[in-house]
Amino acid sequence: MTQRNGSALTVQGLNAFYGRAHILFDVSLSVGKGEVVALLGRNGAGKSTTLKSIVGLVADARGTRDLNGQDISSQPSYRIAQAGLGYVPEERRIFTNLTVMENLEVGRQPPRAGAPEWTPERLFELFPNLAEMRDRPGGRMSGGEQQMLTIARSLMGNPHTILLDEPSEGLAPVIVEQMARTITRLKSEGLTVLLSEQNLFFARALSDRAYVIEGGRIRYQGTMAELMADEAVRQAYLTV
Amino acid sequence: MDPAFFFIQFLSGLASASNLFLIACGLTIIFGVTRIVNFAHGSFYMLGAYLAYTLTAQLMPILGDVVGFWLAIPLAAAAVGLLAVLMELLLLRRIYHSHELFQLLATFGVVLIVQDLVQTVWGPEELFGPRAPGFTSFVVIFGFRFPEYQLVLIAAGPLVLGAIWLLFNRTRWGNLVRAATQDREMVGALGVNQARLFTGVLFLGGFLAGLAGALQLPVEPANPFMDVNIIAEAFVVTVIGGMGNVLGAFLAALIIAQLQAFGILVFPQITLVLPFLVMALVLVVRPWGLLGKPETTTSHGFAGDRPLRPLGRTQQLLIAGTVAILLLLPLVLGEYGQKLALEVFVYALLAFSLNFIMGAGGMVSFGHAAYFGLGGYGAALLVHHLGFGMEIALLAAPLFAGLGALLFGWFVVRLSGVYFAMLTLAFAQIVWSTAFQWVELTGGDNGMIGIWPSDWASDRTVYYYLSLLVCGAAIAFLWRASHAPFGYTLRAGRDSTLRADAIGIDLKRHQWLAFALAGTCAGVAGSVFVFSKGNIDPGSLAIPTSVDALVMVLLGGIQTLTGPLVGGAVFHLLEAQILPLTDYWRALLGAAILVLVIAFPMGIAGFLRDKLLPDDDRGDDQREAAARGAAEKGRAEAPT
Repeated sequence: MTQRNGSALTVQGLNAFYGRAHILFDVSLSVGKGEVVALLGRNGAGKSTTLKSIVGLVADARGTRDLNGQDISSQPSYRIAQAGLGYVPEERRIFTNLTVMENLEVGRQPPRAGAPEWTPERLFELFPNLAEMRDRPGGRMSGGEQQMLTIARSLMGNPHTILLDEPSEGLAPVIVEQMARTITRLKSEGLTVLLSEQNLFFARALSDRAYVIEGGRIRYQGTMAELMADEAVRQAYLTV
Repeated sequence: MDPAFFFIQFLSGLASASNLFLIACGLTIIFGVTRIVNFAHGSFYMLGAYLAYTLTAQLMPILGDVVGFWLAIPLAAAAVGLLAVLMELLLLRRIYHSHELFQLLATFGVVLIVQDLVQTVWGPEELFGPRAPGFTSFVVIFGFRFPEYQLVLIAAGPLVLGAIWLLFNRTRWGNLVRAATQDREMVGALGVNQARLFTGVLFLGGFLAGLAGALQLPVEPANPFMDVNIIAEAFVVTVIGGMGNVLGAFLAALIIAQLQAFGILVFPQITLVLPFLVMALVLVVRPWGLLGKPETTTSHGFAGDRPLRPLGRTQQLLIAGTVAILLLLPLVLGEYGQKLALEVFVYALLAFSLNFIMGAGGMVSFGHAAYFGLGGYGAALLVHHLGFGMEIALLAAPLFAGLGALLFGWFVVRLSGVYFAMLTLAFAQIVWSTAFQWVELTGGDNGMIGIWPSDWASDRTVYYYLSLLVCGAAIAFLWRASHAPFGYTLRAGRDSTLRADAIGIDLKRHQWLAFALAGTCAGVAGSVFVFSKGNIDPGSLAIPTSVDALVMVLLGGIQTLTGPLVGGAVFHLLEAQILPLTDYWRALLGAAILVLVIAFPMGIAGFLRDKLLPDDDRGDDQREAAARGAAEKGRAEAPT
């Protein structure tokens, strides 16, 4: 049940630092091919730093990271992206001066074997809202639309694995539902997903397995069903 | 006056607007993507003119005038583009993540090296280029003769603007550049090789500056002062337009060039000051320029900052020992040695006062020489025009500098980071231009002479002790202020503006006061200096003096209080020893700046501290680092 077709992403002994402040302590996790795995934890637990370290955006991150059998530990972030890892940041980081189409263009990379291939047209089918506003600047979109655009932009790189940092944060309930359907669809396309979340109920509906992080350390790992059955862990690390 | 004359004046304004825009355009694109303010952009412009001079001389005899000339211009531009690429590969790549101070200083180091290089290759004389074949005559407009070539220049601006628009909006590369201007890290995370993008951007910027210089050759001879003359104006245009915004640069170039074209008719003395006045006014109304966007807040502290703590026993003994040595020094030093030592006090105070706002306040001033010069000129004016003695001048001149700092400070503390640096530079240029152009009052380029101490202090040794006392008192005062709650407050604001605001600190007011105090103390240094030298000229408040002050701080070490004192002393002693020996002082200084920025950003005192006191207060350091890390994380995760 843990992994189906080998590992898409393996992180071992990850330690991250901001200046001399130690943020992550020996974080290890793995995501199997085609799996959706949730990284759960409270605000400030280390979720975003974990994802950023994986994509090469934390200057001082030590430990090994392996993507589809390729060691990406010391690669710059553009190489990691070119190796097939998509990243959707929590702050979205849309290019507000660029139109929707131009934002997608920035993310464009050649198709790769073993990963679904995306074109703007296919993405507009996945996100019908975006199709209506191809020439609108990113700065004049609602939060939900921006979140969709961020995911679409990452998909333009035709990744086989995608990291989503709190995709449900700050969105209206109806948009959260739409987001959940989107992630399910991505899974059905064969994409591997690592999802960071505070919202247990959003993660629960989507994820096969979960890791719980607190104080920069992984405190729990198991299937989603096991976590839901373990009241004590949820009380200790997830309730506010 | 004749309206036709005004129209001709307007056309001349358009031609110089084109020239300004071509330079500022590359500058603003480079800043947008790399976040580096490229001081060396003026050097690119100058190199464009010189290369065009050489290429036209080579190509026109072989290929004929027309083909030779019009081929030489783009070739010169492309050659400058390649030089810019070289600078990116060898230098900028190493400092993309450095503090903006290091970036500005490093590119200024390149300016110094290129100046000596150009003089070595092409000599110090003005070099007149050929006239542009096909555009050598005049057209008659409303009865006035107007050079045809000026029409070519007028067309060049809009043509380049159009070409840039097409490049940015119709090509994938341009799309990536625009995206990277907003968030280069995200562009990297989407699989784009930033390094290659930056190299391309430097080529484009260098090409445009080189093109501007090459096109200027038929109008203005190539000369070794083109770089500094143009760079300050190019900064102004870039800042007024909004840094990173090409259209903004175009508008700002139009405004500045037209104001100058008409300003010269109304009030010729104001032409040098005018651009900087406009810039100051624009930044008050729109702090990020006409079309610019607010910068995201960043911390202005330097890596390796440690908490300031009261002096330990060893340090107290060290200081007592140093003071004792300085008191005994005249016993062993001759006239020259005492003069040198006295100047060391002056520069130590200048560097110390700069570091007071820079280290503790996080405010990197590129115009600190203004207050040094105001102190010097204040004293000279009091003695020269009003007949006061040295005693009154030494008391009043620092207040004069302090008033200047109070006035300019009110504007500059509203800004931060690069904009702060640019506005302090602009104000320093205003003071410099005034000293340079108001000949009746200041003696213009020649300055004022015969400013000597009163009789009782005219003995070199007496004046030595007087300088030691005055400079020492000013340093002790700033030292005390750094350790007072006032100093804590400044550092709190430097590390997190938001948090300082949130606990009820009126940060702007503290920064304003600090700026004024630092300016006053720089004025003390300036006034002591003028009585030692006996004269003053505009060089004392020009950009190179501001940069010298920054280099002293950097040389000594920004993170330490003693650093600037060491840096001021070492810098001045080296300068005095090496300057007479070489024709390449500027290139040497430039190279030294590059070495400092790349290899020793912690400076002498910082280096010694790290070597000698590695375990000193480590516990505190880690707590501080943890707090800083949390602050960075907090910023990173804040919703945008």
